[in-house]
Amino acid sequence: MARTYRKTLFEPVLDNNPILLQVLGICSALAVTTMLAPSLIMCVALTVVLICSNMTISLIRHHIPGSIRIIVFMTIISTFVIVVEQLLRAYAYDLATQLSVFIGLIITNCIVLGRAEAFASKNPVWPSFLDALGHGVGYSVLLIIVATLRELLGSGTLLGYVVLPSITNGGWYAPNGLMLLAPSAFFIIALIIWGVRTWKPAQREQAEFRILESHEHE
Amino acid sequence: MNRPSDAMAPGVLGKFKYKSNESPVKILIVATLLCLACAALVSSAAVLLRPLHKANEVVLAKQREILRVAGLYQKGQNISAMFRQIEVRIVELPSGQYAENIDPDKYDYDRAVNDPSTRVEIPENEDIAKIRAIAKYAPVYLVKTGKTITKIVLPVYGYGLWSTMRAYIAIKPDGNTVDAVSFYQHGETPGLGAEISSLRWQAKWKNKLIYDAQGNVKLQVARGVVATTAANPQYAIDGISGATLTINGVTNLMRFWLGANGFGAYLKTYQHGMS
Repeated sequence: MARTYRKTLFEPVLDNNPILLQVLGICSALAVTTMLAPSLIMCVALTVVLICSNMTISLIRHHIPGSIRIIVFMTIISTFVIVVEQLLRAYAYDLATQLSVFIGLIITNCIVLGRAEAFASKNPVWPSFLDALGHGVGYSVLLIIVATLRELLGSGTLLGYVVLPSITNGGWYAPNGLMLLAPSAFFIIALIIWGVRTWKPAQREQAEFRILESHEHE
Repeated sequence: MNRPSDAMAPGVLGKFKYKSNESPVKILIVATLLCLACAALVSSAAVLLRPLHKANEVVLAKQREILRVAGLYQKGQNISAMFRQIEVRIVELPSGQYAENIDPDKYDYDRAVNDPSTRVEIPENEDIAKIRAIAKYAPVYLVKTGKTITKIVLPVYGYGLWSTMRAYIAIKPDGNTVDAVSFYQHGETPGLGAEISSLRWQAKWKNKLIYDAQGNVKLQVARGVVATTAANPQYAIDGISGATLTINGVTNLMRFWLGANGFGAYLKTYQHGMS
């Protein structure tokens, strides 16, 4: 029993990472990772929403009619997202305004709805909590890696503190402007996926069909 | 999960509990209860946190005004981050010295002005700004390049025609030259007195002098346009026609806050070059 709990908690961090393997939640991973500080807030916000929604859905799972389950999940998720947004605006106003719509867009983050449908609606509360925590941490780890690279290479700073003094401020580092644009997050995530799948071949997807060669030789 | 059959369930609650999830009645009940619970949660969060939201907006609006008058404001940038380059100090007004024992981050100036235990009544004949009482300690905002102060921003307020007018005034490190002024809150007549918040009029304040050689506040808003042939054009700012009472209020509040009851003693420390 303990082992399955541990598996539920740790599997999403590396072996079944929501971004790397399931390739979900990419939208926010592109949008908020230009700077590390808003990314950290986003990680905490998503993890909190995920835990609350997973536990609530698991708690009432026997009473959710199948025909309206998705709208029930969405209602619960949006409720928690709004509450989290209100809390952020009260206690971290500046970061909340920086994240603008992206906190609200947690509602449409596929990871949250995905876990509700795939796990929380079928499992008891405690495993649902662990599943949510695991996926939250898995998402956060990746977001932090991407945001660290992008802020360091794109602005020469980390959490706003100068690490590589840029030329415009009299230093030596020429900031890489590409890192401030969304495509750079695609490249970084793709490189990480490549690395992880080389290290763990089990994560490679099987080709769904074989491409026929156009010319048969001899 | 083992569930007893419908027949075993006692009472109304039991009937609900073991009703088939797909029956229309149960769907409606679940949907209604869920909506009620979620609505209660969302609305209580909104109502309970509203005072904090409001306070955040007020603080941020103030910081934005201070940055603007200091010439540091850039649109789209993080206001709190920009504000960190400004040093906030608390000044004991009568002596003009810094009050080292007060933490500027914790000092609530608005509260100190209104709290009967901290406010200091102004004698009626000296109350030219018509504000009745002031706090003994007031914040000043220092703009620095490295270690040297480049601008001193002071909060000032006073009564105009209809309302209390609030402004920040940025002064050069000689303690005598106005760099910029910003009236950010007032309820004066739109189109007339309210022109004090127009940028074009505020720009006329730049490089005007405050004190004469004897240390008296000479800065004033004139009636009409200041002629270059006027007696002391370096102290006078063009007036706004049709807004004489507002303009008199502006002159009075500046004279009060830059004079002995206000920041006069503090600004003297700059004029003697002992900043």
